[in-house]
Amino acid sequence: MLSKVAERIYWAARYLERVESTARMLAIYDTLLFDLPRQLNFGWYNLIEINSLEESFNERYTVQDERNVVKFLIGDESNPSSVISSLKAIRENIRTTRDVIPGDTWELVNELSQYVQENMNQGINRRNRHEFLDQIIRACQQIIGLWQVSMPRDKAWEMLKLGQNLERADMTTRNLDAAVAAIIQVEDDEYAVNSHQTIWGNLLRSLNADQPYRRAMRSSVKGELVSRFLQTDTQFPRSLSFCLEDMATAAKALPRSEKVISDIHRLNQTVTKGAEDTGPGPELRDVLNDLQISLQYLHFTISRTWFLNDQEAESLAVAQ
Amino acid sequence: MSIDWKQYELQEGFYDELISSPGNPRVPARQLANYLSSLNEDEIQSIKQASESTIRDMGVSFTVYSEGENIDRAWPFDIIPRVISSQQWEKTSAGLRQRLQALNMFIDDLYHDQKIIKDGIIPEFILKQSKNYRPECEGVNPRFGVWAHICGTDLVRDGDGQFYVLEDNLRVPSGVSYMLENRSIMKRVLPEVFEKVNIAPVGDYPEALFNMLASLSPRPGDSPVVAVLTPGIFNSAYFEHAFLAQRMGAELVEGSDLVVGKDDCVYMKTIGGLERVDVIYRRIDDMFLDPEVFHPDSVLGVPGLMRAWRKGKVALANAPGAGVADDKVVYAYVPQIIKYYLGEEPLIPNVETYLCYEDKQREYVLANLDKLVVKPANESGGYGMLVGPHSTKKEREQFADLIKANPRNYIAQPTLALSTAPTLVGRSKVEPRHLDLRPFILQGESSYVTTGGLTRVAMKKGSLVVNSSQGGGSKDTWIVDTSAGKA
Repeated sequence: MLSKVAERIYWAARYLERVESTARMLAIYDTLLFDLPRQLNFGWYNLIEINSLEESFNERYTVQDERNVVKFLIGDESNPSSVISSLKAIRENIRTTRDVIPGDTWELVNELSQYVQENMNQGINRRNRHEFLDQIIRACQQIIGLWQVSMPRDKAWEMLKLGQNLERADMTTRNLDAAVAAIIQVEDDEYAVNSHQTIWGNLLRSLNADQPYRRAMRSSVKGELVSRFLQTDTQFPRSLSFCLEDMATAAKALPRSEKVISDIHRLNQTVTKGAEDTGPGPELRDVLNDLQISLQYLHFTISRTWFLNDQEAESLAVAQ
Repeated sequence: MSIDWKQYELQEGFYDELISSPGNPRVPARQLANYLSSLNEDEIQSIKQASESTIRDMGVSFTVYSEGENIDRAWPFDIIPRVISSQQWEKTSAGLRQRLQALNMFIDDLYHDQKIIKDGIIPEFILKQSKNYRPECEGVNPRFGVWAHICGTDLVRDGDGQFYVLEDNLRVPSGVSYMLENRSIMKRVLPEVFEKVNIAPVGDYPEALFNMLASLSPRPGDSPVVAVLTPGIFNSAYFEHAFLAQRMGAELVEGSDLVVGKDDCVYMKTIGGLERVDVIYRRIDDMFLDPEVFHPDSVLGVPGLMRAWRKGKVALANAPGAGVADDKVVYAYVPQIIKYYLGEEPLIPNVETYLCYEDKQREYVLANLDKLVVKPANESGGYGMLVGPHSTKKEREQFADLIKANPRNYIAQPTLALSTAPTLVGRSKVEPRHLDLRPFILQGESSYVTTGGLTRVAMKKGSLVVNSSQGGGSKDTWIVDTSAGKA
């Protein structure tokens, strides 16, 4: 398989995952609004910080309010991670890989782009936001389902799994971070205890992790357990450990994967250790931040291994 | 209202492909015409709509690049096929093979001994001034002595009903994927007619193309790695590049996917490292192939590709330099070329052609600009042409100046009475529209001609310009065997 094709598939999968996870993250905050006491000064701007987008947000907006945050994360083309930009990136990547990715993907992505563009206002205004986000999540799942049932388990599939899981792991750290940030904000409040429950519960629900959590942990919703579950559970598809294991499996089916596999294993050990040592307080935010950096390094290793850039290809060619 | 062939307005002096006189379809088209006239307006509309939705579903498109954006346009398609009898096609097809065989001997001669010039058949300055002659190719010996492996030859039928060659496209001819897609569309929307009529299939082209390309491999015996080299998504024929690569099971690559090693072999960058490529079906022009040899700033090509090709480490189809025979002045000499190399008379005649560098012929051209079609020698795609009868006085004066300034660069031909075929206009009306035919000819160890080819039709009333970049459409082309009816 051509390196370039591999790279495009990998990115298409990453961006699709980013669309879905962004919608889910907005959904967490959106439902929190209903459940948290009204006097809480709740910060939508957290979502910008969590995604490390402060700089580009502040270039564009002066007011850090709900409306601008939602607009920036969904419909702003100047934000390269927004839903609309991600959809555009998916289109560009699959346009040239239509022979490897099921043809219907193209139409589904076009439909979703159109839907997001036409219904942007529903997302910005609170009234229909839930339905709007829900539609985005469903459309993503439809595409993932299409891939699941129609793609041969060949190298293209493994590339797709790598991209999907890397982005998913990264977004899980960010979703978890979003919850911790919210917790910290309500810390000194008289309603704090109840609010904690609400925040952790919402995090689980927005990741469809509610029931899996209860079955795996056999416990009511507790911050410490939720944090550990989302990091180290071996059966829940959005947990960090699960994503990493899935990546290792994909990598094993690809050539020259030794370095990638050993990096994945090392990172998984870090995750386990961090989850054991760190509770769901402010220090977890640093741990999650480090994990995001490690995932970025993992991406570099993947890129160097399989997406031969000119320099690497040149050195191989000289050796021929 | 249904189609009434008696009402079909044949044009005086033009040959119609389907209808010989009002109400009388030609023999190979009889069943088709009867079937079409049995449909009512709604049925015709539903066939038309089915064809349009099929085109959308299959994603058949050509790309128009304008104002910095790519627009994928749906392929304009007419549901009434063009029909040719198999007896006539056999003769035409033999003529096409003959022509390509001679052209390849000519190209090979030009890059070696140039006997045809020494023997005085072709004046030397034609070669000296040719834009497409590549001194870099001299002395190279491609396999089987073949340089132009894939040729798209444009045929037209004049008022007398005879096929003439209008031009030979030997550089990177496109359109074959549309020929194949047109047939798939027709099978879906007119299945009933396929039951009754013996229509020769066209689907073996990708297989024939692959076999021809594989036969060029510098490592015969192994299963060769074949790649289609495309300029990328911005090229108007990208759809076709992807289509052919997919159908052949070949890799679709861009220049940046390839690299030439110290060993002069060409490699593609894969997730497993570098993998050697044996045959490249290149769909980029000579001048962009290799920045080390041609345009130094080309990012479409591969540095070192010419070196690899000259050393015989990779096969390129078409070979660099093959375009030397794709020149409208050389075209005028093809009958002599066929006689010189094969000792045969051409089976398909040329359109009468006036060479502007010859004084007498130029005088005639300048005096008759309003009746002639003037073409630059080295352009394709219908650009830079003067269609005399449709031109303004100002345009004619402009061309007169151009011709005088650079006579070698222009040829002129009489305005042809391009044949017509019934084409659906509006809901259920059929009117004659002008068309041509582009068959594709392959030559490697042996040769192959497509069954029929791509019929391009000028959708505008009276227009003679069929290029898709200029608003043309297409039709399916049926080669029909009338000797034995289907049971």
